[in-house]
Amino acid sequence: MKLYGALIAVAAISLAAGLAGSVGALQPLLGIGVPYCALAILLVGLSWRVIRWSRSPVPFRIPTVCGQQISLPWIKSSRLESPHSTLGVIGRMGLEVLLFRSLFRNTRSRIDQGPRLIYGEAKWLWLGAMAFHWSLLVVVLRHLRFVVEPVPAVALWLDGLDGFFHVGVPVLYVTDIVLIAALLYLLVRRLREPQVRFISLFTDYFALFLLLGIALSGIWMRYFARVDAVAVKQLALSLTVFSPSLPKNLSAWFFVHLGLVCTLAAYLPFSKLMHMGGIFLSPTRNLANNNRMKRHVNPWNYPVKVHTYEEWEDEFREKIEAAGLPVEKH
Amino acid sequence: MRDRGLIYSALALFLGLVTFPAWHNLSAHVTGKGPEVRLPVNAKQCVAPVEYMRTSHMNLLIDWRETVVRTGRRDFTAAGGKHYNMSLTPTCLEQCHGARKDFCDRCHDYAAVSPPCWNCHQDAKAVLRSAK
Repeated sequence: MKLYGALIAVAAISLAAGLAGSVGALQPLLGIGVPYCALAILLVGLSWRVIRWSRSPVPFRIPTVCGQQISLPWIKSSRLESPHSTLGVIGRMGLEVLLFRSLFRNTRSRIDQGPRLIYGEAKWLWLGAMAFHWSLLVVVLRHLRFVVEPVPAVALWLDGLDGFFHVGVPVLYVTDIVLIAALLYLLVRRLREPQVRFISLFTDYFALFLLLGIALSGIWMRYFARVDAVAVKQLALSLTVFSPSLPKNLSAWFFVHLGLVCTLAAYLPFSKLMHMGGIFLSPTRNLANNNRMKRHVNPWNYPVKVHTYEEWEDEFREKIEAAGLPVEKH
Repeated sequence: MRDRGLIYSALALFLGLVTFPAWHNLSAHVTGKGPEVRLPVNAKQCVAPVEYMRTSHMNLLIDWRETVVRTGRRDFTAAGGKHYNMSLTPTCLEQCHGARKDFCDRCHDYAAVSPPCWNCHQDAKAVLRSAK
């Protein structure tokens, strides 16, 4: 039900967007109202989540590390896996955000005949995740050509690199293939591995189907249905300068793509896709492992009223001395 | 706790980057008006309907290329019965559209498309100039 529910939800959104996009009277709603609303929800929602996270107390260093902590000078410490300085933390975060270092350590365990527990490497998830995320980044940056005029050099450069093989016209983008392949791998893995399937929720499938829908509608629009790219850019530019005007010749396929992208944008702040911001704010990753090097005082320590032994002794000094008991101070 | 300044700066940077197209286009006075194409003066009818050409001219040109290269036939009969010589520079450019920068490049630059046509084919003006 989780699987089919997510599939039906994405199909229903696509169908609704496509039908509404083919009705002239509904096009302004779908082409102007929905994108503005979705972007507002994305920006406000994302900021709200990050601000809420920033307000949670982090009184103590809780990094989860897998390297030697810095200690005595003759014990070699791991600067990247168990960083004790800000520079090390930046390096560790860089590896995590850009190369998914922790996923690279993914292992698999199975019980062999014997019975014997066997651990092994499992790098495919890392490879699939890398392929998907990097392709998505390139695809998003390539879309700069629609929203910025004149087209920025980075978009032109990425466009040339991505269409390097010059297959067909319009030129086939390598990231289109990689993105679809990676998403399909991630979906098939979720369905075929019993343990992963068991813990999969509606949101896991929904995010995958939504991204697949976006990628497929984009590919369909570019290579097969062939949407008028100039009209798309006219709409996009008019939206960015807040004087929206809807060109006439936009096809329903464009509205399917746009509707799915808007769904993703509005859904992102309330879903597991917030890991986009959350990875930077993970206390188990972004804190230096210097618990022993530095004294970390709880910043909201309440000033507790204490009564020390010395004060107690002063208070009862005569009585203690009269009873013949030893005192610290004479 | 002490990282709030850093977190809020990074958040502001992210928001600035996401909304960069708006800042850039507003300050550069970009409008939603599309590219201006110089239309042919001596012809009213293209080889195919305008709506088709607008989105799918590349398919027509690729079909032309494959027909010419593989079969050697250069005759193209349009829907209206008119015959054309399947050739990019002599037919499309020199008979109607003129120099590529006045027609092709207007939309291609706008949409950041750089088709490989011109790796082999010559521009109309360049041909005329060298002929003089």
